[in-house]
Order: sequence, then structure tokens, then C-alpha cells
Amino acid sequence: CGLALLLFLRFGSTKAPPRLGAPLIFKSFVVRSVVDPIYVSTMAQEHAHSSAVERLLNCEVPLRAQYIRVLFCEITRISNHSLASTTHAMDVGASTPFLWAFEEREKLLEFYERVPGARMHASFIRPGGVAQDLPLGLCRDIDSSTQQFASRIDELEEMSTGNRIWKQRLVDIGTVTAQQAKDWGFSGVMLRGPGVCWDSRRAAPYDVHDQSDLDVPVGTRGDRYDRYCIRIEEMRQSVRIIVQCPNQMPSGMIKADDRKLCPPSRSRMKLSMESCAHHFELYTEGFSVPAPSTYTAVEAPKGEFGVFLVSNGSNRPYRCKIRAPGFAHSQGLDSMSKHHMPADVVTIIGTQDIVFGEVDR
Amino acid sequence: MIIDSVEVETINSFSKLELLKEVYGLISILPILTLLLGITIEVLVIVWLEREISASIQQRIGPEYAGPLGLLQAIADGTKLLLKEDILPSRGDISLFSIGPSIAVISVLLSFLVIPLGYHFVLADLSIGVFLWIAISSIAPIGLLMAGYSSNNKYSFSGGLRAAAQSISYEIPLTFFVLAISLLSNSSSTVDIVEAQSKYGFFGWNIWRQPIGFLVFLISSLAECERLPFDLLEAEEELVAGYQTEYSGIKYGLFYLVSYLNLLVSSLFVTVLYLGGWNLSIPYISFFDFFQMNKAVGILEMTMGIFITLTKAYLFLFISITIRWTLPRMRMDQLLNLGWKFLLPISLGNLLLTTSSQLVSL
Repeated sequence: CGLALLLFLRFGSTKAPPRLGAPLIFKSFVVRSVVDPIYVSTMAQEHAHSSAVERLLNCEVPLRAQYIRVLFCEITRISNHSLASTTHAMDVGASTPFLWAFEEREKLLEFYERVPGARMHASFIRPGGVAQDLPLGLCRDIDSSTQQFASRIDELEEMSTGNRIWKQRLVDIGTVTAQQAKDWGFSGVMLRGPGVCWDSRRAAPYDVHDQSDLDVPVGTRGDRYDRYCIRIEEMRQSVRIIVQCPNQMPSGMIKADDRKLCPPSRSRMKLSMESCAHHFELYTEGFSVPAPSTYTAVEAPKGEFGVFLVSNGSNRPYRCKIRAPGFAHSQGLDSMSKHHMPADVVTIIGTQDIVFGEVDR
Repeated sequence: MIIDSVEVETINSFSKLELLKEVYGLISILPILTLLLGITIEVLVIVWLEREISASIQQRIGPEYAGPLGLLQAIADGTKLLLKEDILPSRGDISLFSIGPSIAVISVLLSFLVIPLGYHFVLADLSIGVFLWIAISSIAPIGLLMAGYSSNNKYSFSGGLRAAAQSISYEIPLTFFVLAISLLSNSSSTVDIVEAQSKYGFFGWNIWRQPIGFLVFLISSLAECERLPFDLLEAEEELVAGYQTEYSGIKYGLFYLVSYLNLLVSSLFVTVLYLGGWNLSIPYISFFDFFQMNKAVGILEMTMGIFITLTKAYLFLFISITIRWTLPRMRMDQLLNLGWKFLLPISLGNLLLTTSSQLVSL
């Protein structure tokens, strides 16, 4: 509470009530991105925030930046699904896939670290593009990592997908019908489980997803086993995109050319007067965003992560509401666990892929 | 009064030992102490082995800081548990709380009496050896029930009830398969069962005569030991640790010990009943005919016997540890389903087949 008050006082008042976490730190439109409530798939949220700001600004993101964003979003997807499926497996009892998947995740977190410098809360995707270009050798390393990744997914599947005990625990548990999923506001894998074929990357494509070759796995029964299989298959599809992206990526700028939005590089800032002024402006006051509001959503690994941004023309947002997928999913827990045993409740929470950072914000 | 000659001899021999009475009393404890020491070391080894094997399966390094190769890790854990505060639930039944784990440990330790590690290398060569094991291992659920009830915690109570239910359900197929083995060997004595498997070397093992029995015995003993895939009681259990929830310190250590002792007993019994016990099992090689000196041969034979029994037991241990870290957990109702509706009919069918084959062969 003390910290919240301090931040509130420091960043000035807005008409929105002060809240901890992401909206509070997003109080001014500075070029830094936000601290992410979903600490598992951080770049997806940065993507949503940045897309919302860009849409309000009507700012064009260069093509190379779009490809980099898609690449890292798919890496995020693999990272998230490997955590989600295997912690779910650990709840069911198989503790080994958890450790195998985390070994894979280590490699992916290393890629995260190489680009912006932080393993988890990478503020990499920013309004206007991305923060920095890919370092030398990264695409080669990503390529060699993905070549062995499909076998790792095979190993994970070997332990679980055909296993009788696994199927006994997962099939017909936590079933959701398509109508229920739509009523409760589920999104992502929870929605595709019962067979509703909605993937924001296909239905409302953003960045360069319309040029990527992607199959969207959809379930039939809507039980936990279907959702588990969908996540595994999505990991494989993400590997497909990751393989395509570096090949299709053009060279070019990684931030929008508008220096009123994206800060210049530090070396330019030390040489040129205008760059220095832009740097100062951007890092103290931030930039102003025109008046109306927007709701922008991306297909985060957990579901549809949306940002509803209302601006009043100044450099501070009037309102920033985060639509977290886990919030809607956690509300469905009661209806999903009816007529099941207590031992299933834990595992249903696991299959909903809830991270309480996003539920509580 | 008619006294048999055997009894006269016995009485005479006792009177001869009159002088050594006190010494005799002490000496008879020595084998038991040796066995206890051996078991304790074995449990430490099993704990270390479990951690190393699970680490290898999970692509990580196991314990490496406590002693060379992490060998002293189990001792470190045990010492830590000894030094912890012994928390007693304020409104629980304290006497039952304290006795519960002890009963479980006692029943498992008593089962070691009848396990043969060599021809005369068994603490108690009873003619009802395996029956004793099954009877005594049925006492363990009482200890678990006590532990669950006295914890004054509804999750513990429910966990204790489930533990008892699980133990009872899987005892029945276990007993039927042991009965089938006894029928094949014409005796319930563990020594006789091993001897009956020694005739044709490797192919005389009971695993070939009762393959289904081996598999079901494996499953049932994993269920008796409450290990994965049957460990709903200690791992998840409505998110707390079942009947062990309220325990701390060395009482918790006793439950931990019970788990591994049970595993050891089960693996030794698998060896004795199905894998041929202490026999070297290479047909037509009689290693000891070359030696004329009885004493040295005797000791060598004993060592070989222990070594072979332990090797076979460790094979089963390796299998059960690998299963633990590979398979997911079964839910309680699925577990009971498996025990009553699947394993029990199989065990009855197997018993029927065995009896009919014995009838035919007679």
C-alpha cells in the first residue's frame, strides 16, 4: 500500500483509481514498457500494450520489427505452453516432464536475455517497434534450438499422451461446451478445446501473422485431454513459425522513424543536439497520444490478452484496462468441476492455465 | 508323562548351556541387531539411489554436496528431522498421535524376520513365513488410521481412511498371488520357496511359472507401499499431505522410513517369491564343489547369497523408482477400481489355474 501511494504521488494524479502493478506504472506514456502481470509470457503483454498505443497514434511499425515481434511471440508461446502443460502434469502426478520442459525453457529464456537483457520481464516490444535489433548469431542459435525442439516435444508426449493413467485422469474431466465457453468469456486454448475455431492470429491478424503458415489446432470434446493435446500441437505450430520468421525477415529499421515516439540510440543522442532533445523529452514527459480509445487484443499463449486504452490527449493515459484471459477462465472453475472429485479441482486449475498475477493484477 | 526323545535332548542341551545363559541371551540379539543395522544402511542407500535415479531421469544432478557423491544426504535429512521440534496437535489424541507411526514401523520391521538371504541365513525360519509377512503388513493400516484420526484435521482423517482402504484393497490380490506361489512350492516357508526355484537355474524361477503373478505382485506392492502411481495420499490429497500433514520431526521421519522400509521388504519378497532368492541361477554350475574347506566356503556362500539377493532386490527397486518418476498419479476411485474390479478377478483366476495345474500334475 505504501509503495502504491508513493508511485501514485510520484506519477501524478489521474482520474482512474490507483492500482498496483501494470496500470500504475503505465501512468505516463514513456517509452519503457510495463511490468507484466503475466510473468510467464511477458512479451505477449508488451505486444498488446504497444499495439494499443500504436493504434491510437496511427503509427506504422516497420516490417522487420513486425517479424521480430512475431518471432518472439511464438517463442513466448512455446515457453508458456511448456510451463503450463508440464506444471499441469506435475499436478496430476508426473513430475518428470516438468523438468524436461524447463530445460527447454532455459534455452528460450536465454534468447529472451540476449535480446533485451532480461530473462523474464523483457521490456523489448515497445510502441513503435522493438527496443533493439537482434544481436549477431541469434537467428542461427534459434534455428539450431528449434531443430532439436520437436524431439523434445515428442519426448514430452511419450510420457503423457498415450499413457492410460494420464488419459484416465484427463478424458471427460473439466468438460466445457462451446456455448459455455462463449458465455463465460473463455479465449485461447479454452475456447478452441470445445471446437470454437477462433484464433486472433487468424481471425483478426496483426503484425505479419497473415503471411505466416499456421494451422490452428481445435479440439472436439472440450475436456482436459483435448486442451492438453491442443497445447502440445500449438507448440509444434509455433516451432513452424519460428523456423519461417528468420527466413522471411527483411533487413531494415526496427523502430518507427518518428523520433517523437521512439527514442534515438544512445550514441546518436551523445552526438546530435536534436537526438539529445528527443531523448530528454521522451524519457521525462513521454509522448502524447490522441484522444479516442481503443481495445487491442493479441493471442497471448493463455488466451486473448486485451488492453483497453482511453486517452484524453495528454501524455498520461486516462484509463488502461487489462483484459486478462485467466480472469475469465478462473471464474469457470466452479462450473467445470461440478460432479468431479476434489482431486480433479487442482488439475482443472492447471488446465485453465491460470497465472494469478493476471487474475489479481 | 510321555516325553519325546527330541524333547529330552532339547532339555539336556539347555541344561548344558546353563552356564552360558547370560551370554546366550546376548548372542541371540546379535543377528537381530545386525539385521537392523543392515536394514538402516539399506534404507539410506535406497534414499540416495532414489534421488540419483530421479535426477538422471529428470536430466539434472542429484545430491552432491552432502558427502562424496551425496552419499550422506539421507543421514543429513535424518539428522535434520531428529533436530526438529516435535509439534503435537493441541486437540488431537496425543497418545494415538505418537503411537501411530510406531505401529507402522514395527509391523514393517517385523516382516524382515522371514526374509532369507541364504540357506540358513534367515532370522526365523518359520513354516508360515510368507503368511506372517502378509498378516503383519496388515497391521500397518491401523497405524495410518491412528495417525489420520488423531491429527484432528479432516484432511488427515480422510487421508488415513484412504490409506487404510488402499492397503486393504491391494492386500487381497497380493495374498492370492502369494498363495499361488505357496501352492507351487508346497510350502509357506520362504526358505522352501527359494529352494523350490533352485532346480533349473534361471528357468526355475517362479516368474516363468507365474508371469501374471509377477506383474500383479509388482502393482500390488507398489500400492501397498503407497508409491506412485498410487500415492494420492502423500502427494496431493486435497492439497495437503494426507495422514502425514500434522507430523513434524522424527515422527514424520518414521513415516518416511516406513515408506522406504516397505519398499525394501516388497522388493526382497519379490526376489524371494519370483526371482529365485539367493540362487546364482546359472544352471549346472556349482561353484562351491571345487573348494574343500567348509568354513571358507560357508562364508563365501553366505556373501554370495546376500549379494545375489540384494542385486535382484535392487532390480525391483530400480523399476519402482523409475515408475514413480514416470507415471502420473491415479485418482482414489480409479485406484480402488483397479484393485477390486481388475486385480481381484485376475488373482482368483490365477489361483484357480494354479490349483488345477497342481491337481493335474499330482
